Amino acid sequence: MNLWTKLMCYSRRRSPWLFHMNGGSCNGCDIELIASLTPRYDAEQLGVRLEGSPRHADILCVTGPITHNAVNAIKTVYGQVCGPKAVIAIGSCPATTNVFIDSRTLAGPLNKHLPVDVFVPGCPPRPDAIIQGVAKAAEILAERAAKKQPVDPVVMPLVGPGCGGACACGAKSEPAAEEVKL
Amino acid sequence: MNLTTALARLLIFPGLLFAVPFAWFFLWTERKAVALMQGRIGPPFMQPFYDFIKLLGKDTPPRTGVGGMLMKLWPLIAVSAAAGAVGLLPVLPSSGGFEGDLILLLALLELPSMCIIAAGFSSRSIFGEIGSAREAVLSVAYNVVFLLAIVSIAASQHTFRLEALAQLPASPLRWLGVLAILVCLPAKLHINPFSLPNAEQEIYSGPMTEYAGPELAMWELSHGLEWVAATGLVATLTAPYIGIWWLAILVFLALSCLVVLLLSVVAAATARLAIDTTVRFYWQVTLIFAVLAVSSALFMRLRS
Repeated sequence: MNLWTKLMCYSRRRSPWLFHMNGGSCNGCDIELIASLTPRYDAEQLGVRLEGSPRHADILCVTGPITHNAVNAIKTVYGQVCGPKAVIAIGSCPATTNVFIDSRTLAGPLNKHLPVDVFVPGCPPRPDAIIQGVAKAAEILAERAAKKQPVDPVVMPLVGPGCGGACACGAKSEPAAEEVKL
Repeated sequence: MNLTTALARLLIFPGLLFAVPFAWFFLWTERKAVALMQGRIGPPFMQPFYDFIKLLGKDTPPRTGVGGMLMKLWPLIAVSAAAGAVGLLPVLPSSGGFEGDLILLLALLELPSMCIIAAGFSSRSIFGEIGSAREAVLSVAYNVVFLLAIVSIAASQHTFRLEALAQLPASPLRWLGVLAILVCLPAKLHINPFSLPNAEQEIYSGPMTEYAGPELAMWELSHGLEWVAATGLVATLTAPYIGIWWLAILVFLALSCLVVLLLSVVAAATARLAIDTTVRFYWQVTLIFAVLAVSSALFMRLRS
Protein backbone atom coordinates (compact mmCIF):
# COMPACT_ATOMS: atom_id res chain seq x y z
CA MET A 1 0.00 0.00 0.00
CA ASN A 2 1.64 3.23 -1.10
CA LEU A 3 1.48 6.57 0.66
CA TRP A 4 -1.35 8.00 -1.45
CA THR A 5 -3.61 4.99 -0.78
CA LYS A 6 -2.83 5.19 2.92
CA LEU A 7 -3.73 8.88 2.97
CA MET A 8 -6.93 8.13 1.02
CA CYS A 9 -7.94 5.39 3.51
CA TYR A 10 -7.25 7.74 6.39
CA SER A 11 -9.26 10.58 4.82
CA ARG A 12 -12.23 8.37 3.90
CA ARG A 13 -12.43 7.13 7.46
CA ARG A 14 -12.49 10.69 8.75
CA SER A 15 -14.80 12.38 6.32
CA PRO A 16 -18.07 10.49 5.85
CA TRP A 17 -20.69 12.72 4.23
CA LEU A 18 -24.24 11.43 4.55
CA PHE A 19 -27.32 11.64 2.41
CA HIS A 20 -30.56 10.85 4.17
CA MET A 21 -33.30 9.04 2.28
CA ASN A 22 -36.72 8.28 3.72
CA GLY A 23 -38.25 5.06 2.39
CA GLY A 24 -41.65 5.35 4.04
CA SER A 25 -40.40 5.77 7.56
CA CYS A 26 -42.61 6.81 10.49
CA ASN A 27 -40.12 9.68 11.05
CA GLY A 28 -38.75 8.15 14.29
CA CYS A 29 -35.40 7.12 12.81
CA ASP A 30 -35.17 10.40 10.87
CA ILE A 31 -35.44 12.32 14.12
CA GLU A 32 -32.73 10.14 15.70
CA LEU A 33 -30.43 10.67 12.69
CA ILE A 34 -30.79 14.43 13.06
CA ALA A 35 -30.32 14.07 16.83
CA SER A 36 -26.91 12.51 16.23
CA LEU A 37 -25.78 15.82 14.69
CA THR A 38 -27.02 17.97 17.55
CA PRO A 39 -24.82 19.30 20.40
CA ARG A 40 -25.37 16.28 22.68
CA TYR A 41 -23.97 13.69 20.25
CA ASP A 42 -22.10 15.97 17.80
CA ALA A 43 -21.22 13.59 14.96
CA GLU A 44 -19.22 16.39 13.30
CA GLN A 45 -16.32 15.35 15.52
CA LEU A 46 -15.94 12.38 13.18
CA GLY A 47 -16.16 14.64 10.14
CA VAL A 48 -19.79 13.72 9.48
CA ARG A 49 -21.72 16.19 7.36
CA LEU A 50 -25.32 15.84 6.27
CA GLU A 51 -25.29 16.85 2.61
CA GLY A 52 -28.13 18.27 0.59
CA SER A 53 -27.21 16.59 -2.67
CA PRO A 54 -26.62 12.84 -3.18
CA ARG A 55 -23.78 13.73 -5.56
CA HIS A 56 -21.72 15.00 -2.60
CA ALA A 57 -22.42 12.06 -0.32
CA ASP A 58 -20.37 8.96 0.49
CA ILE A 59 -22.91 7.14 2.60
CA LEU A 60 -26.61 6.71 1.85
CA CYS A 61 -28.67 6.46 5.05
CA VAL A 62 -32.04 4.80 4.40
CA THR A 63 -34.86 4.73 6.92
CA GLY A 64 -38.30 3.14 6.65
CA PRO A 65 -39.66 -0.19 5.36
CA ILE A 66 -39.34 0.75 1.63
CA THR A 67 -42.81 1.26 0.21
CA HIS A 68 -43.66 0.59 -3.44
CA ASN A 69 -43.70 4.34 -3.99
CA ALA A 70 -40.18 4.75 -2.60
CA VAL A 71 -38.36 1.90 -4.39
CA ASN A 72 -37.61 3.67 -7.65
CA ALA A 73 -36.66 6.90 -5.91
CA ILE A 74 -34.20 5.04 -3.68
CA LYS A 75 -32.66 3.24 -6.65
CA THR A 76 -32.30 6.55 -8.51
CA VAL A 77 -30.66 8.23 -5.54
CA TYR A 78 -28.33 5.25 -5.05
CA GLY A 79 -27.27 5.69 -8.68
CA GLN A 80 -26.66 9.39 -8.12
CA VAL A 81 -24.25 8.82 -5.21
CA CYS A 82 -20.77 8.69 -6.71
CA GLY A 83 -18.52 5.75 -5.88
CA PRO A 84 -17.00 4.56 -3.62
CA LYS A 85 -20.20 4.49 -1.62
CA ALA A 86 -21.82 2.65 1.25
CA VAL A 87 -25.41 2.13 2.36
CA ILE A 88 -26.62 2.15 5.96
CA ALA A 89 -30.05 0.76 6.84
CA ILE A 90 -31.13 2.77 9.88
CA GLY A 91 -33.69 1.13 12.15
CA SER A 92 -35.41 -2.22 12.05
CA CYS A 93 -37.74 -1.30 9.18
CA PRO A 94 -35.27 -1.34 6.25
CA ALA A 95 -33.67 -4.50 7.67
CA THR A 96 -36.79 -6.63 8.19
CA THR A 97 -39.80 -4.34 7.47
CA ASN A 98 -40.44 -4.66 11.22
CA VAL A 99 -44.13 -4.53 12.28
CA PHE A 100 -45.23 -3.81 8.71
CA ILE A 101 -44.15 -7.27 7.54
CA ASP A 102 -46.33 -8.87 4.82
CA SER A 103 -48.03 -5.55 4.09
CA ARG A 104 -49.11 -5.29 0.45
CA THR A 105 -47.88 -1.69 0.23
CA LEU A 106 -44.26 -2.68 0.90
CA ALA A 107 -41.47 -3.68 -1.45
CA GLY A 108 -38.91 -4.05 1.37
CA PRO A 109 -36.66 -5.06 2.99
CA LEU A 110 -33.94 -2.79 1.64
CA ASN A 111 -31.35 -5.45 0.80
CA LYS A 112 -33.69 -6.85 -1.86
CA HIS A 113 -32.95 -3.68 -3.85
CA LEU A 114 -29.58 -2.25 -2.77
CA PRO A 115 -26.38 -3.82 -1.39
CA VAL A 116 -26.57 -2.80 2.28
CA ASP A 117 -23.25 -2.49 4.14
CA VAL A 118 -24.31 -1.72 7.69
CA PHE A 119 -27.53 -2.47 9.54
CA VAL A 120 -28.27 -0.37 12.61
CA PRO A 121 -31.13 -2.13 14.42
CA GLY A 122 -33.52 -0.49 16.85
CA CYS A 123 -36.98 1.02 16.74
CA PRO A 124 -35.74 3.69 16.63
CA PRO A 125 -31.97 3.15 17.10
CA ARG A 126 -30.26 5.48 19.53
CA PRO A 127 -28.18 8.33 18.07
CA ASP A 128 -24.96 6.80 19.46
CA ALA A 129 -25.78 3.53 17.67
CA ILE A 130 -26.27 5.49 14.45
CA ILE A 131 -22.93 7.25 14.91
CA GLN A 132 -21.28 3.87 15.52
CA GLY A 133 -22.87 2.57 12.33
CA VAL A 134 -21.63 5.59 10.35
CA ALA A 135 -18.12 5.06 11.71
CA LYS A 136 -18.31 1.39 10.65
CA ALA A 137 -19.49 2.37 7.17
CA ALA A 138 -16.64 4.87 6.89
CA GLU A 139 -14.23 2.04 7.75
CA ILE A 140 -15.76 -0.07 4.98
CA LEU A 141 -15.24 2.84 2.57
CA ALA A 142 -11.60 3.04 3.63
CA GLU A 143 -11.19 -0.68 2.97
CA ARG A 144 -12.59 -0.12 -0.51
CA ALA A 145 -9.89 2.48 -1.06
CA ALA A 146 -7.33 -0.20 -0.23
CA LYS A 147 -9.05 -2.47 -2.80
CA LYS A 148 -10.09 -5.01 -0.21
CA GLN A 149 -13.57 -6.30 -0.91
CA PRO A 150 -15.60 -6.44 2.31
CA VAL A 151 -17.45 -9.72 2.73
CA ASP A 152 -20.79 -9.64 4.54
CA PRO A 153 -22.94 -6.75 5.65
CA VAL A 154 -22.25 -5.69 9.22
CA VAL A 155 -25.03 -5.76 11.81
CA MET A 156 -24.34 -3.32 14.61
CA PRO A 157 -25.09 -4.46 18.18
CA LEU A 158 -28.36 -3.25 19.62
CA VAL A 159 -27.73 -0.39 22.03
CA GLY A 160 -30.24 -0.52 24.90
CA PRO A 161 -33.71 0.96 24.62
CA GLY A 162 -34.17 4.43 25.92
CA CYS A 163 -35.30 7.89 25.47
CA GLY A 164 -32.12 9.82 26.31
CA GLY A 165 -33.53 10.60 29.74
CA ALA A 166 -36.24 12.78 28.27
CA CYS A 167 -39.20 10.84 29.72
CA ALA A 168 -39.97 9.43 33.16
CA CYS A 169 -38.75 5.86 32.48
CA GLY A 170 -35.85 6.27 34.87
CA ALA A 171 -33.04 6.05 32.32
CA LYS A 172 -30.15 8.28 33.33
CA SER A 173 -29.32 11.01 30.91
CA GLU A 174 -25.97 10.31 29.31
CA PRO A 175 -22.96 12.60 29.67
CA ALA A 176 -22.54 15.47 27.24
CA ALA A 177 -20.46 15.13 24.08
CA GLU A 178 -16.89 14.03 24.59
CA GLU A 179 -14.01 13.88 22.20
CA VAL A 180 -14.42 10.67 20.17
CA LYS A 181 -11.34 9.06 18.61
CA LEU A 182 -11.75 6.75 15.66
CA MET B 1 6.98 43.96 -10.55
CA ASN B 2 9.04 41.69 -12.84
CA LEU B 3 8.19 38.14 -13.85
CA THR B 4 10.17 36.41 -11.07
CA THR B 5 8.58 38.35 -8.23
CA ALA B 6 5.16 38.00 -9.84
CA LEU B 7 5.59 34.21 -10.05
CA ALA B 8 6.98 34.03 -6.53
CA ARG B 9 4.01 35.99 -5.22
CA LEU B 10 1.53 33.86 -7.14
CA LEU B 11 3.05 30.48 -6.28
CA ILE B 12 4.82 30.86 -2.94
CA PHE B 13 3.91 33.83 -0.78
CA PRO B 14 1.17 35.00 -0.37
CA GLY B 15 0.07 32.76 -3.27
CA LEU B 16 -0.68 29.06 -3.50
CA LEU B 17 1.93 27.51 -1.19
CA PHE B 18 0.88 29.77 1.65
CA ALA B 19 -2.77 30.29 0.77
CA VAL B 20 -3.91 26.68 0.35
CA PRO B 21 -3.07 25.58 3.94
CA PHE B 22 -4.56 28.81 5.21
CA ALA B 23 -7.69 28.27 3.12
CA TRP B 24 -8.15 24.95 4.93
CA PHE B 25 -7.31 26.57 8.24
CA PHE B 26 -9.93 29.28 7.73
CA LEU B 27 -12.56 26.74 6.66
CA TRP B 28 -11.80 24.79 9.85
CA THR B 29 -11.90 27.98 11.96
CA GLU B 30 -15.32 28.81 10.60
CA ARG B 31 -16.75 25.34 11.26
CA LYS B 32 -15.13 25.11 14.68
CA ALA B 33 -16.33 28.57 15.74
CA VAL B 34 -19.88 27.77 14.68
CA ALA B 35 -19.67 24.44 16.56
CA LEU B 36 -18.39 26.12 19.72
CA MET B 37 -21.12 28.75 19.51
CA GLN B 38 -23.68 25.93 19.32
CA GLY B 39 -22.18 24.12 22.33
CA ARG B 40 -20.58 21.36 20.24
CA ILE B 41 -16.95 20.29 20.01
CA GLY B 42 -16.75 20.49 16.26
CA PRO B 43 -14.55 18.98 13.55
CA PRO B 44 -10.90 18.04 14.13
CA PHE B 45 -8.16 20.43 12.99
CA MET B 46 -7.32 18.60 9.75
CA GLN B 47 -10.96 18.15 8.67
CA PRO B 48 -10.97 20.35 5.52
CA PHE B 49 -7.77 18.61 4.39
CA TYR B 50 -9.35 15.16 4.86
CA ASP B 51 -12.46 16.30 3.00
CA PHE B 52 -10.32 17.58 0.13
CA ILE B 53 -8.31 14.34 -0.17
CA LYS B 54 -11.44 12.21 0.08
CA LEU B 55 -13.18 14.21 -2.64
CA LEU B 56 -10.15 13.82 -4.91
CA GLY B 57 -10.56 10.04 -4.64
CA LYS B 58 -14.22 9.94 -5.59
CA ASP B 59 -15.71 9.25 -9.01
CA THR B 60 -17.46 11.89 -11.06
CA PRO B 61 -20.61 11.21 -13.07
CA PRO B 62 -19.91 10.93 -16.80
CA ARG B 63 -20.33 14.27 -18.54
CA THR B 64 -20.44 14.71 -22.28
CA GLY B 65 -20.42 17.55 -24.76
CA VAL B 66 -19.65 21.22 -24.32
CA GLY B 67 -21.77 21.44 -21.16
CA GLY B 68 -19.69 18.72 -19.52
CA MET B 69 -16.43 20.42 -20.50
CA LEU B 70 -17.67 23.73 -19.13
CA MET B 71 -18.70 22.06 -15.87
CA LYS B 72 -15.15 20.78 -15.47
CA LEU B 73 -13.70 24.17 -16.38
CA TRP B 74 -15.63 26.49 -14.01
CA PRO B 75 -14.11 25.24 -10.72
CA LEU B 76 -10.60 25.46 -12.19
CA ILE B 77 -11.16 29.08 -13.29
CA ALA B 78 -12.57 29.89 -9.86
CA VAL B 79 -9.54 28.39 -8.07
CA SER B 80 -7.02 30.17 -10.27
CA ALA B 81 -8.83 33.52 -9.96
CA ALA B 82 -9.00 33.24 -6.17
CA ALA B 83 -5.32 32.22 -5.99
CA GLY B 84 -4.40 35.19 -8.18
CA ALA B 85 -6.35 37.51 -5.90
CA VAL B 86 -4.44 36.20 -2.87
CA GLY B 87 -1.15 36.63 -4.77
CA LEU B 88 -1.87 40.33 -5.29
CA LEU B 89 -2.20 41.16 -1.59
CA PRO B 90 0.68 43.39 -0.41
CA VAL B 91 1.61 41.43 2.71
CA LEU B 92 5.37 41.89 2.66
CA PRO B 93 6.72 45.47 2.98
CA SER B 94 8.06 46.83 -0.34
CA SER B 95 6.74 43.79 -2.19
CA GLY B 96 6.16 45.66 -5.43
CA GLY B 97 2.88 45.93 -7.24
CA PHE B 98 1.71 48.24 -9.97
CA GLU B 99 -0.63 51.15 -10.47
CA GLY B 100 -4.19 49.83 -10.60
CA ASP B 101 -3.62 46.42 -9.01
CA LEU B 102 -6.57 47.14 -6.70
CA ILE B 103 -8.85 47.02 -9.75
CA LEU B 104 -7.32 43.71 -10.85
CA LEU B 105 -7.81 42.34 -7.32
CA LEU B 106 -11.48 43.33 -7.37
CA ALA B 107 -11.97 41.66 -10.75
CA LEU B 108 -10.28 38.45 -9.56
CA LEU B 109 -12.35 38.45 -6.37
CA GLU B 110 -15.49 38.71 -8.49
CA LEU B 111 -14.56 35.87 -10.89
CA PRO B 112 -15.34 32.93 -8.53
CA SER B 113 -18.87 34.16 -8.01
CA MET B 114 -19.28 34.57 -11.80
CA CYS B 115 -18.05 30.98 -12.15
CA ILE B 116 -20.59 29.80 -9.57
CA ILE B 117 -23.40 31.47 -11.52
CA ALA B 118 -22.21 29.90 -14.78
CA ALA B 119 -21.68 26.51 -13.13
CA GLY B 120 -25.22 26.38 -11.79
CA PHE B 121 -26.68 27.16 -15.19
CA SER B 122 -24.45 24.74 -17.08
CA SER B 123 -25.29 21.90 -14.67
CA ARG B 124 -28.91 22.13 -15.97
CA SER B 125 -30.27 21.10 -12.59
CA ILE B 126 -33.33 23.01 -11.43
CA PHE B 127 -31.75 23.54 -8.01
CA GLY B 128 -28.53 24.76 -9.62
CA GLU B 129 -30.47 27.22 -11.74
CA ILE B 130 -32.38 28.61 -8.76
CA GLY B 131 -29.11 28.90 -6.81
CA SER B 132 -27.40 30.67 -9.70
CA ALA B 133 -30.27 33.10 -10.10
CA ARG B 134 -30.04 33.89 -6.39
CA GLU B 135 -26.28 34.32 -6.59
CA ALA B 136 -26.70 36.71 -9.53
CA VAL B 137 -29.29 38.83 -7.70
CA LEU B 138 -27.15 38.80 -4.56
CA SER B 139 -23.95 39.80 -6.34
CA VAL B 140 -25.69 42.73 -8.06
CA ALA B 141 -26.95 43.86 -4.64
CA TYR B 142 -23.76 43.64 -2.57
CA ASN B 143 -21.28 44.58 -5.30
CA VAL B 144 -22.64 48.11 -5.59
CA VAL B 145 -21.88 48.70 -1.92
CA PHE B 146 -18.59 46.77 -2.05
CA LEU B 147 -17.26 48.68 -5.06
CA LEU B 148 -18.43 52.07 -3.74
CA ALA B 149 -16.60 51.36 -0.47
CA ILE B 150 -13.39 50.48 -2.33
CA VAL B 151 -13.74 53.54 -4.57
CA SER B 152 -14.21 55.78 -1.54
CA ILE B 153 -11.06 54.38 0.07
CA ALA B 154 -9.05 54.75 -3.12
CA ALA B 155 -10.38 58.25 -3.83
CA SER B 156 -9.63 59.50 -0.32
CA GLN B 157 -6.01 58.32 -0.60
CA HIS B 158 -5.56 59.32 -4.27
CA THR B 159 -4.32 55.93 -5.46
CA PHE B 160 -5.45 52.62 -6.93
CA ARG B 161 -2.22 50.94 -5.90
CA LEU B 162 -2.63 48.39 -3.10
CA GLU B 163 0.81 48.81 -1.62
CA ALA B 164 0.46 52.57 -1.39
CA LEU B 165 -2.93 52.13 0.27
CA ALA B 166 -1.44 49.69 2.77
CA GLN B 167 1.40 52.08 3.61
CA LEU B 168 -0.64 55.26 4.06
CA PRO B 169 -2.01 55.87 7.56
CA ALA B 170 -5.70 55.06 7.82
CA SER B 171 -8.06 58.01 7.71
CA PRO B 172 -11.52 57.96 9.39
CA LEU B 173 -12.98 57.64 5.92
CA ARG B 174 -11.08 54.43 5.36
CA TRP B 175 -12.60 52.91 8.49
CA LEU B 176 -16.04 53.72 7.10
CA GLY B 177 -15.08 51.94 3.89
CA VAL B 178 -13.70 48.92 5.77
CA LEU B 179 -16.97 48.72 7.70
CA ALA B 180 -18.93 48.70 4.43
CA ILE B 181 -16.62 45.94 3.08
CA LEU B 182 -17.19 43.90 6.24
CA VAL B 183 -20.96 44.17 5.77
CA CYS B 184 -20.55 42.80 2.23
CA LEU B 185 -18.25 39.89 3.14
CA PRO B 186 -20.94 37.44 4.41
CA ALA B 187 -22.71 37.76 1.08
CA LYS B 188 -19.46 37.37 -0.85
CA LEU B 189 -18.51 34.25 1.12
CA HIS B 190 -22.04 32.75 1.10
CA ILE B 191 -22.33 32.44 4.87
CA ASN B 192 -25.28 33.25 7.10
CA PRO B 193 -27.28 35.52 7.07
CA PHE B 194 -26.74 35.73 3.30
CA SER B 195 -26.16 32.04 2.48
CA LEU B 196 -28.91 32.16 -0.13
CA PRO B 197 -27.20 30.58 -3.18
CA ASN B 198 -26.24 27.38 -1.34
CA ALA B 199 -29.23 27.25 1.03
CA GLU B 200 -29.12 23.53 1.78
CA GLN B 201 -32.53 23.25 3.45
CA GLU B 202 -34.26 24.91 0.50
CA ILE B 203 -32.46 24.14 -2.75
CA TYR B 204 -30.10 21.26 -1.82
CA SER B 205 -26.67 22.76 -2.57
CA GLY B 206 -27.67 25.36 -5.13
CA PRO B 207 -25.19 25.68 -8.02
CA MET B 208 -23.04 22.86 -6.55
CA THR B 209 -25.86 20.28 -6.60
CA GLU B 210 -24.58 18.33 -9.61
CA TYR B 211 -20.88 18.54 -8.71
CA ALA B 212 -19.05 15.55 -7.25
CA GLY B 213 -15.57 14.27 -6.54
CA PRO B 214 -12.51 16.28 -7.64
CA GLU B 215 -14.65 19.08 -9.13
CA LEU B 216 -16.36 19.58 -5.78
CA ALA B 217 -12.93 19.52 -4.12
CA MET B 218 -11.90 22.41 -6.39
CA TRP B 219 -15.02 24.35 -5.41
CA GLU B 220 -14.22 23.83 -1.72
CA LEU B 221 -10.67 25.00 -2.36
CA SER B 222 -11.81 28.08 -4.25
CA HIS B 223 -14.20 28.88 -1.41
CA GLY B 224 -11.32 28.65 1.06
CA LEU B 225 -9.09 30.81 -1.14
CA GLU B 226 -11.89 33.36 -1.36
CA TRP B 227 -11.86 33.44 2.44
CA VAL B 228 -8.12 34.12 2.44
CA ALA B 229 -8.38 36.82 -0.25
CA ALA B 230 -11.39 38.61 1.20
CA THR B 231 -10.19 38.62 4.80
CA GLY B 232 -6.68 39.45 3.57
CA LEU B 233 -8.02 42.52 1.76
CA VAL B 234 -9.56 43.76 5.02
CA ALA B 235 -6.35 42.91 6.88
CA THR B 236 -4.15 44.89 4.46
CA LEU B 237 -6.48 47.88 4.61
CA THR B 238 -6.56 47.95 8.42
CA ALA B 239 -2.99 46.89 9.29
CA PRO B 240 -0.55 49.65 10.23
CA TYR B 241 2.59 49.89 8.07
CA ILE B 242 5.34 47.64 9.48
CA GLY B 243 8.82 47.54 7.98
CA ILE B 244 9.92 44.18 9.42
CA TRP B 245 8.77 41.36 7.13
CA TRP B 246 8.04 38.65 9.71
CA LEU B 247 6.15 41.06 11.93
CA ALA B 248 4.14 42.23 8.92
CA ILE B 249 3.20 38.61 8.14
CA LEU B 250 2.23 37.96 11.76
CA VAL B 251 0.04 41.07 11.95
CA PHE B 252 -1.55 40.15 8.60
CA LEU B 253 -2.36 36.63 9.84
CA ALA B 254 -3.68 37.83 13.19
CA LEU B 255 -5.97 40.39 11.55
CA SER B 256 -7.20 37.84 8.98
CA CYS B 257 -8.00 35.35 11.74
CA LEU B 258 -9.83 38.06 13.65
CA VAL B 259 -12.02 38.84 10.61
CA VAL B 260 -12.69 35.10 10.10
CA LEU B 261 -13.74 34.75 13.74
CA LEU B 262 -15.97 37.82 13.51
CA LEU B 263 -17.69 36.51 10.37
CA SER B 264 -18.11 33.02 11.89
CA VAL B 265 -19.73 34.45 15.00
CA VAL B 266 -22.11 36.47 12.83
CA ALA B 267 -22.84 33.32 10.79
CA ALA B 268 -23.56 31.24 13.89
CA ALA B 269 -25.72 33.91 15.51
CA THR B 270 -27.97 34.65 12.55
CA ALA B 271 -30.48 32.76 10.45
CA ARG B 272 -30.74 32.94 6.68
CA LEU B 273 -32.67 35.93 5.33
CA ALA B 274 -35.05 35.69 2.42
CA ILE B 275 -33.84 36.99 -0.93
CA ASP B 276 -36.10 40.06 -0.96
CA THR B 277 -35.02 41.05 2.56
CA THR B 278 -31.37 40.66 1.55
CA VAL B 279 -31.70 42.77 -1.56
CA ARG B 280 -33.62 45.41 0.37
CA PHE B 281 -30.93 45.38 3.06
CA TYR B 282 -28.16 46.12 0.58
CA TRP B 283 -30.02 48.56 -1.65
CA GLN B 284 -31.84 50.53 1.04
CA VAL B 285 -29.78 50.35 4.22
CA THR B 286 -26.14 49.83 3.31
CA LEU B 287 -26.13 51.79 0.08
CA ILE B 288 -26.77 55.04 1.96
CA PHE B 289 -23.55 54.62 3.93
CA ALA B 290 -21.59 53.71 0.82
CA VAL B 291 -22.87 56.76 -1.07
CA LEU B 292 -22.04 58.92 1.98
CA ALA B 293 -18.51 57.52 2.04
CA VAL B 294 -17.96 58.15 -1.67
CA SER B 295 -19.40 61.64 -1.64
CA SER B 296 -17.34 62.67 1.38
CA ALA B 297 -14.23 61.18 -0.25
CA LEU B 298 -14.86 63.18 -3.41
CA PHE B 299 -15.62 66.29 -1.35
CA MET B 300 -12.37 65.96 0.58
CA ARG B 301 -10.52 65.49 -2.67
CA LEU B 302 -12.03 68.69 -4.13
CA ARG B 303 -11.07 70.66 -1.03
CA SER B 304 -7.48 69.45 -0.87
